Amino acid sequence: MNSAVKTNERAGIDFGRALKDGVIVGIIAFALLGPLVGLKTEQNMSNELIVQNRLGLAAILSVIVGVGRFLLSAFIYPRIAARGNRSKAAATLAELEARAKLTQGLSIVGLIFLFVYPLLIISLFGVQGSIKWVDNYGVQILIYVMLGWGLNIVIGLAGLLDLGYVAFYAVGAYSYSLLAINFHLSFWVLLPIAGMLAAFWGIILGFPVLRLRGDYLAIVTLAFGEIIRLVLINWKAFSGGSAGISSIPKVTMFGIYSFDVSAPNNFAKAFHLAASSAYYKVFLYYIILMLALLTAFITLRLRRLPIGRAWEALREDEVACRSLGINTTNTKLTAFAIGAMFGGFAGSFFAARQGFVSPESFVFMESAVIVAIVVLGGMGSMIGVALAAVAMIGGTELLRELDFLKAVFGNDFNPDQYRMLIFGLAMVGIMVWKPRGFVSARQPTAFLFKRKTVSGDLVKEGHG
Amino acid sequence: MEVFVQQVINGITIGSLYGLIAIGYTMVFGIIGMVNFAHGDVFMVSAFFALIFLLVLTSWFGIASMTLALILVMVVSMVLTGLLVWAIERVAYAPLRGSFRLAPLISAIGMSIVLSNFIQVAQGPRNKPIPPVTRDVYTLWQGSNGYPVNISLKQIIIWVVTALLLAAFWYVVQKTALGRAQRACEQDRKMASLLGVNVDRTISLTFVIGAALAAVAGTLYLMYYGVVVFSDGFTPGVKAFTAAVLGGIGSLPGAVLGGLLIGLIETLWGQYVSADYQNVAAFSILVIVLIFMPQGLLGRPEVEKV
Repeated sequence: MNSAVKTNERAGIDFGRALKDGVIVGIIAFALLGPLVGLKTEQNMSNELIVQNRLGLAAILSVIVGVGRFLLSAFIYPRIAARGNRSKAAATLAELEARAKLTQGLSIVGLIFLFVYPLLIISLFGVQGSIKWVDNYGVQILIYVMLGWGLNIVIGLAGLLDLGYVAFYAVGAYSYSLLAINFHLSFWVLLPIAGMLAAFWGIILGFPVLRLRGDYLAIVTLAFGEIIRLVLINWKAFSGGSAGISSIPKVTMFGIYSFDVSAPNNFAKAFHLAASSAYYKVFLYYIILMLALLTAFITLRLRRLPIGRAWEALREDEVACRSLGINTTNTKLTAFAIGAMFGGFAGSFFAARQGFVSPESFVFMESAVIVAIVVLGGMGSMIGVALAAVAMIGGTELLRELDFLKAVFGNDFNPDQYRMLIFGLAMVGIMVWKPRGFVSARQPTAFLFKRKTVSGDLVKEGHG
Repeated sequence: MEVFVQQVINGITIGSLYGLIAIGYTMVFGIIGMVNFAHGDVFMVSAFFALIFLLVLTSWFGIASMTLALILVMVVSMVLTGLLVWAIERVAYAPLRGSFRLAPLISAIGMSIVLSNFIQVAQGPRNKPIPPVTRDVYTLWQGSNGYPVNISLKQIIIWVVTALLLAAFWYVVQKTALGRAQRACEQDRKMASLLGVNVDRTISLTFVIGAALAAVAGTLYLMYYGVVVFSDGFTPGVKAFTAAVLGGIGSLPGAVLGGLLIGLIETLWGQYVSADYQNVAAFSILVIVLIFMPQGLLGRPEVEKV
């Protein structure tokens, strides 16, 4: 049996065909890369566009693409095909159980790691050196984890595709900024207010789109997101226009200690520590960690309540849902409102952390990134969403660290500019490779006798 | 009155471009029910193809005749954009056919990020201005208050090219075997394949035709505005999609009608209400139309079967 498979595999490698594939793909790549990469338009001294010849570079890139395709055709595809023939039966129940156990264990380890992460970093890099790791990686990733979990309620549980989630993020950020600056209220008072305002906007947005389904809903939410951003840009008296709002007050440690350098109750001074912004970053890290965990906890609890069950029922079959007497209007509105509320929380945290907000932070791309995180993680799976956020945000953030590449490609090589390009390629690649996302096991909250784990393929994606 | 007529002329010009892009959205949605998010960026890339070949033709080959250069540039841009979209469809969309609904959408959003960032990296982030292709302006009539109503040669070119292409396109969809296969796939893909239609090929060609029309729009856009930048795909893309939805998604005359309406509404809004909120107007129309008339102006109402 084993040898039969092997001969089969060897017979599967058809070099002639692979070579043909590679050459054709290389030629197509050159036809496209030739003009786009090979003929670079540049402005000369007299501000006229001229064409700079880089066809050699384009040829090298095309050869790389062609060789890549040759290797794929010659080695990877036959192997995938062979594997597909061998075990057509998808994951069995036992495998799924094991996988679910693994994710459970992983989440406990991950949780402990998240709590000790800042301490670990400080002990490794010192107080001052920790800033980058805690702020750029820890806080940044956790914001996206929280946004992903918030949007997961709308997309993953209720099955409503929302492409304008960033609007609620913006509502939260601007509510905190404007109320904190104009009324001098503390972050801890404004956090729930910002959440409530965002939820209110969620309902306002939810009402008109209730009748829409599928891609129409996606487009209307996209349009709403853009409208809010354009209003923020143009209503200068209210929002400061595209210049944004600056010097937003920092978060205080519940009013007891402040992180303002000039304040008498400054945290570092009170504890006789060397002045550093690292303490503030660590404090922010724990705030966003708690907020994210709050989101996760509430979501997990809500899934067991009638409302959560109704969301999932709505995702599975709206018509059946309605005929069983579930009020689909309220169900959809609560999903929008609660999802938006968490977006608002994250937004006000974002404003407090940056100290500056402008409409630039709330472009459509931001919504797309959050949706991508939710879908790439496997919709409805909390741990999957968290993993996707770490991979996509942390991974692209790591590109900023690749300064050693300058030694290879010359000094004007800037790895940072490839960040979004690689992000997009990763999105496409992951979708083609695993259309169901990273985590493919689900644990329904409703079960007979015993908790069960099912494959993600059995879960519908919703109509809205 | 003169101002109004002038703005209508401008609106129809922009609207024709939106209509050309909108056809790509509406055809793809009609045949596989997918919103091709990358279409706006495909339009932008096609404008870059046009830009590059215009520069190559004028500076390297020294072609002086602008008419000849424009025609050549348009054809090259159509071919290359078609090839690009064919490749994208093979790599990013075709493997996801029959997969769940969100997968191609996410893949398309990813592709849109890839295209705009690729152009930014490969061609640089700056605006790319070209010298005006033609400066000819014809005065239609002199208004009583001294305000003339003008139509520029560029606008005439856009109108004529759009009309010719739409006629050709209409012929392809209505009279040729490809068009017949396309309409068959739109109605019932499984049945069409049983009857010997190569469904995969038809879908690929649908993407390519949409891309070729977007490439015409891209070339005309470059000629009209004289400048293009890597981020130019998003806003025209969303507006063209709005146009497709307004006209009734899946309906080809609807896409053109929607494009013209969006162009008109946008310019008139900018003239009479507020130039700042011009884009808000387009998006608000999208929302209002979808809420009160989800099937659009010329679309078929969606019937839900249980």
